[in-house]
Amino acid sequence: MTAQTAARTPTRADPDYNFAYLDEQTKRMIRRALLKAVAIPGYQVPFASREMPMPYGWGTGGVQVTAAALTPEDTLKVIDQGADDTTNAVSIRKFFQRVAGVAVTEATAEATLIQTRHRIPETPLTEGQILVYQVPIPEPLRFLEPRETETRKMHALEEYGLMHVKLYEDIARHGHIATAYAYPVKVEGRYVMDPSPIPKFDNPKMSNSPALQLFGAGREQRIYAIPPWTEVVSLDFEDHPFDPGGAKEACALCDARGVYLDEVIVDDAGGRMFVCSDTDHCRTRREAGHVGASAPASQGACA
Amino acid sequence: MYVAVKGGERAIDNAHAWLAEARRGDASVPELSLAQIREQMTLAVNRVMAEGSLHDPDLAALAIKQARGDLIEAIFLIRAYRTTLPRFGHSLPLETSAMAVSRRVSATFKDAPGGQVLGPTFDYTHRLLDFALAAEGEAPQAPQAAPLAERTPHIAEFLDAEGLLQSEPEGAETPSDLTREPLAFPADRALRLQALARADEGFTLSLAYSTQRGYGRNHPFVGELRVGLVTVEAEIPELGFAVEIGEVELTECETVNQFAGSRTEPPQFTRGYGLTLGHCERKAISMALVDRAMRWKELGEDDVGAPAQDEEFVLSHCDNIQATGFLEHIKLPHYVDFQAELELIRQLRREAEEAAGTDARAQAGAQAAKEAAE
Repeated sequence: MTAQTAARTPTRADPDYNFAYLDEQTKRMIRRALLKAVAIPGYQVPFASREMPMPYGWGTGGVQVTAAALTPEDTLKVIDQGADDTTNAVSIRKFFQRVAGVAVTEATAEATLIQTRHRIPETPLTEGQILVYQVPIPEPLRFLEPRETETRKMHALEEYGLMHVKLYEDIARHGHIATAYAYPVKVEGRYVMDPSPIPKFDNPKMSNSPALQLFGAGREQRIYAIPPWTEVVSLDFEDHPFDPGGAKEACALCDARGVYLDEVIVDDAGGRMFVCSDTDHCRTRREAGHVGASAPASQGACA
Repeated sequence: MYVAVKGGERAIDNAHAWLAEARRGDASVPELSLAQIREQMTLAVNRVMAEGSLHDPDLAALAIKQARGDLIEAIFLIRAYRTTLPRFGHSLPLETSAMAVSRRVSATFKDAPGGQVLGPTFDYTHRLLDFALAAEGEAPQAPQAAPLAERTPHIAEFLDAEGLLQSEPEGAETPSDLTREPLAFPADRALRLQALARADEGFTLSLAYSTQRGYGRNHPFVGELRVGLVTVEAEIPELGFAVEIGEVELTECETVNQFAGSRTEPPQFTRGYGLTLGHCERKAISMALVDRAMRWKELGEDDVGAPAQDEEFVLSHCDNIQATGFLEHIKLPHYVDFQAELELIRQLRREAEEAAGTDARAQAGAQAAKEAAE
């Protein structure tokens, strides 16, 4: 195991703050919302979101859910766009190292709690793990009906015709459902849910996952959940079945196929390459000896 | 050769160091003290306290300094700090009719008990740059008058006594707390006023302005605008009575608006209400206009579809910390969703091109067949 993958051991939490920043009453309030969310899979539970020391839109919902779910024994992984080293992932990880002093890791398998923005890790999650999603707009019907008073009614009455009309119109106009991310799903046959802006490629990973999936939308004051082993179906039509898509290329660094790839522009002559969006998955493969078409000669140069 | 982007942590640390240096500016220029900001940038301090929902001029000054003068950023710092404060209890309702007014004007009566007090206002200044201020060193002294001895009653009381002004129901119940419970619609007036009190000044101003221009017009007069100090009292459970715990500066605006009356009620005036921490006139007046516009249902007015009448629209978008956060978050990485869109649009274009090619070939084939037949 290299220094990079080793879980960084717990540090001392900043004594000026309560464990995981939030006070115990606030955590209790959030946990109650979480329990309700788990009890009604896919239902958006209103919660009294707090102002956090990072801006709305940066993951305040996810941060509050993580803060309420975290215990001192947890090992935390934070990813943004699939990567552990994107600036906001670094910032959130540092925040919890400071205020909770928990161990952190980049290895998906080692983490007990993973906070994510826009991706689900490639490595399958296991029982006991918690995946916390940062959610900007929790309401899947929002862009069809801007009023919360209306959309809550539509959910209550299970009135999802508008969504099917929208998907149908996409097919009529483009020949496809023209939604590439935040692709709506139906949870356990009841609530239509926004899976957060993950690519639709990741949607199948949500269904019947052994891990607990929690969703936090801070600005919109909503929490929702998918308990382990819950059926999650991407909306589609019999004659236009859901297609997760995905790149045909292999990762240029680790040669992985069937994973989600980022497209990187490498020169100003239209040159581009495809690399794993999940940096932990890519590094693990390279360490196991997989070599992609454009992998650097020395792995050490990739620090 | 592509090397996976690394070093986010170092980049962040360096960015913070650069920010700190930029904040200080030219080191040969003396540094601003918090006292200077508190005493000489008072209206900025007041706005930060009002929209930050926290009365503490020193902390507001610190936030302004730390935010390099970006007031929304300063408000954000105050809000984030406020979240961490424990709640000891609630004050008694503030008695604004007992305010020690430094400014009190009415646009509806030429004179009234308590009189008109212009106070420190920009209203009648000529907006000419005062180059003497650039020279520094001035400490102007204003003439002093004896403090007003008696209580300054609200102008609305006079109209109320005549029954010309719609009376407000006594509300004894504890209002719900916007910062402790999720906002739900429909929101009652107390909740709407809470949201407006911490709402962005610019947003509130523009909405209020839109009602004046006809989008939900309700013809307001500033019945009264007052600024001054009000004592804050709290009941201490151990003592069993209320004690004064301090005083805060407030701006209060009551508007008098027209109301045609209905079958059940004789014609009478109605009111809009604005209250802010600190001296924030523009905000308090704007708040009163927007408050009045949102009362259309209760007053039996028509919903003309004006933005200011729509409580869900107003309350969902009036908070500048929420707004700026969500707006600015689009500069965070979105590689993954963008890549998904990129793939989709390429696929759609490829299919469109193929379809066009098939059409062209079919047309060419038909043309050739036609020519061969001729």
